[in-house]
Amino acid sequence: MPALTYREAIRDAMSEAMRRDDDVFVMGEDIAEMGGSMGVTQGMLDEFGPDRVRNTPISEMAIVGAGIGAAVSGMRPIVEVMYQDFMTLAMEQLVQQAAKHRFMSGGQIKVPLTIRTQGGAGWSPGAQHAQQLEAWFLHVPGIKVVFASTPADARGLLWSSIYDDNPVVFFEHRTLYNLKGDVPAEIDGIELGRARVHREGEDVTIVATGRLVHEALKAAEEAEQDGISVEVVDPRTLLPLDEETIVASVRKTSRCVVAHEAVVRMGFGAEVAAIVQHQAFDYLDAPVERVGAKFAPIPFAPVMEEYVIPHAEDVLAAVRRTMGKD
Amino acid sequence: MAQVLPAEHDVRRIIGDGDGVADGEVEGLDDAALLDLYRAMVLLRTYDERSVVYHSQGRVGTYAIFWGHEAIQAGSALALADEDWIFPSYRESAIGLLRGMTPETVLSWWRGHPAGWWNPREFRIASITVPIATHVPHAVGYAWGARLKGESACALVYFGDGATSEGAFHEGANFAAVMRAPVVLLCNNNQWAISTPLSAQTRAEFLADKAAGYGMPGVRVDGGDVLAVYQATSEALARARAGHGPTFVEALTYRCAPHVTADDPTAYWDAQRVERERENECLGRYDRYLRRLGVLSDELAEDARDDALERMKSGIAAAEALPPPDPEVVFASAYVDPPPTLREG
Ligand SMILES: Cc1ncc(C[n+]2csc(CCOP(=O)(O)OP(=O)(O)O)c2C)c(N)n1
Ligand SMILES: [Mg+2]
Repeated sequence: MPALTYREAIRDAMSEAMRRDDDVFVMGEDIAEMGGSMGVTQGMLDEFGPDRVRNTPISEMAIVGAGIGAAVSGMRPIVEVMYQDFMTLAMEQLVQQAAKHRFMSGGQIKVPLTIRTQGGAGWSPGAQHAQQLEAWFLHVPGIKVVFASTPADARGLLWSSIYDDNPVVFFEHRTLYNLKGDVPAEIDGIELGRARVHREGEDVTIVATGRLVHEALKAAEEAEQDGISVEVVDPRTLLPLDEETIVASVRKTSRCVVAHEAVVRMGFGAEVAAIVQHQAFDYLDAPVERVGAKFAPIPFAPVMEEYVIPHAEDVLAAVRRTMGKD
Repeated sequence: MAQVLPAEHDVRRIIGDGDGVADGEVEGLDDAALLDLYRAMVLLRTYDERSVVYHSQGRVGTYAIFWGHEAIQAGSALALADEDWIFPSYRESAIGLLRGMTPETVLSWWRGHPAGWWNPREFRIASITVPIATHVPHAVGYAWGARLKGESACALVYFGDGATSEGAFHEGANFAAVMRAPVVLLCNNNQWAISTPLSAQTRAEFLADKAAGYGMPGVRVDGGDVLAVYQATSEALARARAGHGPTFVEALTYRCAPHVTADDPTAYWDAQRVERERENECLGRYDRYLRRLGVLSDELAEDARDDALERMKSGIAAAEALPPPDPEVVFASAYVDPPPTLREG
C-alpha cells in the first residue's frame, strides 16, 4: 500500500480523474503556478495546462456560479474556494442555484459540481479564516456534504464526489494536509453516505468529524487506560448521513459523544443526538454529550484560540461524563 | 444624470526623474508639509522592514509586507482631514501610525494579541479587513451615514487590484455613485493578487476605466509618487466634500515583495522585473526629489530614520512585555451585553 499525505491524496484523485476524463477540470484562486494557497494543486498546471487548471479572478460567487454552468454544460468541474469562510460569498449560488437546479427542472438536468474548500483552526488564522461552517450546508436539500479526515478517505471520497451527479461540497481541514497514511494501490471511490468505524469499543461511541476524529482517537487511547472501551465512528459524509452505522454503534455501547470543531450550539452534534435519542432511546445509559467550540468567534491569539476550540481532553472529559466518572 | 468624462489614462506624476522629466509641485504644500510626508513614508518603511525581521525572529506572525506601497499610503492618508475615516485592507495595517497610533498596537495586531484591537472611533480607522473587498460597501455606508448626520467627514477605502473582481467592490462602487456618497475608492494596483497577475484578473486595459461604468471619475496616478497620490486624493476629497460623490483612484505600483511573509513568489513572479522595480522604489524617489528641492538634508533624513527605528524598538519591546491575553476576553467582546446563556456553547 502506498502512503500519501492528505494533500497528495486529494491531488491524486483530481489528477487521476483529469487523466481519465477530459470533462474534469479545476478552477479557483491561485491554483495554477502557485498550486493553491495550501499547495493542493501543485504541479497540476504542468501536467494539464492552463485551460484545465485555471486561475480565476478573486470572485467566489462566479467561481461557484460558473462551476454550476459548466456542470450543466456536461463538464465535471472541481472548483476550489480558498477558505470555507469565503463560501459565504457564494452562498446564493450554492444554496439557491446548485441545490435547486435539478429540482426546478423537474429532475431533467444535473449539476455534477464538486466544490473543494478548506478551513479550521489550530494554526491561528483569526476569526475570518478559521471557521468550521459545515453545519450551515446540512440544512440544504439538493447538495451532498463530505468531510474527510484521512488520506485514504479523502482520495476515495473526492473521487466519488467528482463522479457524483449532484453538487458536492467537499471540506478539507487545514491542519490535516501533512497527515500521512496508507491508501489503496488503485484509486477507487468510497460510497458517499457510508461511515467508517475507526476503532471498535464496547462502552462509548464517539461520532467525530474532521480534525476531531484524530482528537477522538487520542481520547479513546487514554480512556482505554481507565478501562473505558471506546468506539470511534467518522461519518465522513455528513449529508447524506450513515445513520445506520451510528445507531448500531450506540445500541451496542449505550453511550454517545459527538465531537466536531464547529461551535456546539445548533450544530451537527445536535442532529446526531436527535437521531440517537430517537432510534436508540431505550439503549441509552447516559445523555448524549456534545463536544465542540465555545460559542465565540475564533480568536487570533494562540492561547485564546486553544481555549475556544475543542481538544482530545475535552472529548475525554465528555466520555468520562457519559460513564459517570467526572 | 451625472456628467462623467471617460477615465484618465495618463498616469499623473509630480516627481520628476532628475533628468529629462522635470519636477512639479503641489500647491499648498510648504516645506514642513513636504517633510511630514517624508517622515510618514520613513515611518511606514521602517515599520515594514522591521516587521519582516521580527517575523523571521518569530516575534510577529505571518505579515503582509507593504514595502513599496508607502507613497500610496502616506500620500493618501495625509490628504485626509482628521475627521475622515480610513477603511484599510491588510496591506495598510500600519496606516494608524500616521494618525498617532503606536507601533506597539499594530505589532500587537500582527502578534494576535487583543491589544492590537485599536478603537476605530478613536483613530477613525476601521478594523483591518482581510476578506477581499468586503469593506468597500462599509466605507460607502459610513460616508453616507456621515452625510445624513450632517457631518462633513468623508471615507477613504483601500483595496487591491484583485479586489476589483469581487462583487462587493462592484456593488459598493455602484452604491457610492448612486448615493453620491462622499467616499474615495483607492485602488492599490500593485499588479498582483497573490500569484495572479493583473492580466489574469481583468481584460480591462486600465482599472480606472471601471469608474466610467459606475458614473464616477476615474483617475490614474503613479503610486510611487507620493505627491501625485496626495494631490489626486485631495482632489477626490474636495469633490466628495462638495457633494459631488465618489472618485475611483487607481494608484499604480508593483509588488516587489512576497504577498505575505508565508508566500514564496519564486514559482510565479519575474525576478528581473522585481529587481528593476525595486530600484525605482517610492521612498528613494521622494528622497531625491526633496534633495533637489533643497528641503531634505542628510541630517533630517537620518533624524527621520532614527526616530522611526526608536519607535519600533520601543514598540516591539512594549508589545512583547504585554501579559498573555485572558482567553475569557472572547466572551466579553462578541456581543454588547453578552447574553449569559450563550457562554460556553
Ligand atoms: C473574499 C476573499 N477571497 C480570497 C481571499 C484570499 N486572498 C487574500 S489576499 C488575496 C489577493 C488580493 O489581491 P489584491 O486585491 O490585488 O491586493 P494585494 O494583496 O495585492 O494588496 C487573496 C485572493 C480573501 N482574503 N478574501
Ligand atoms: Mg494587488
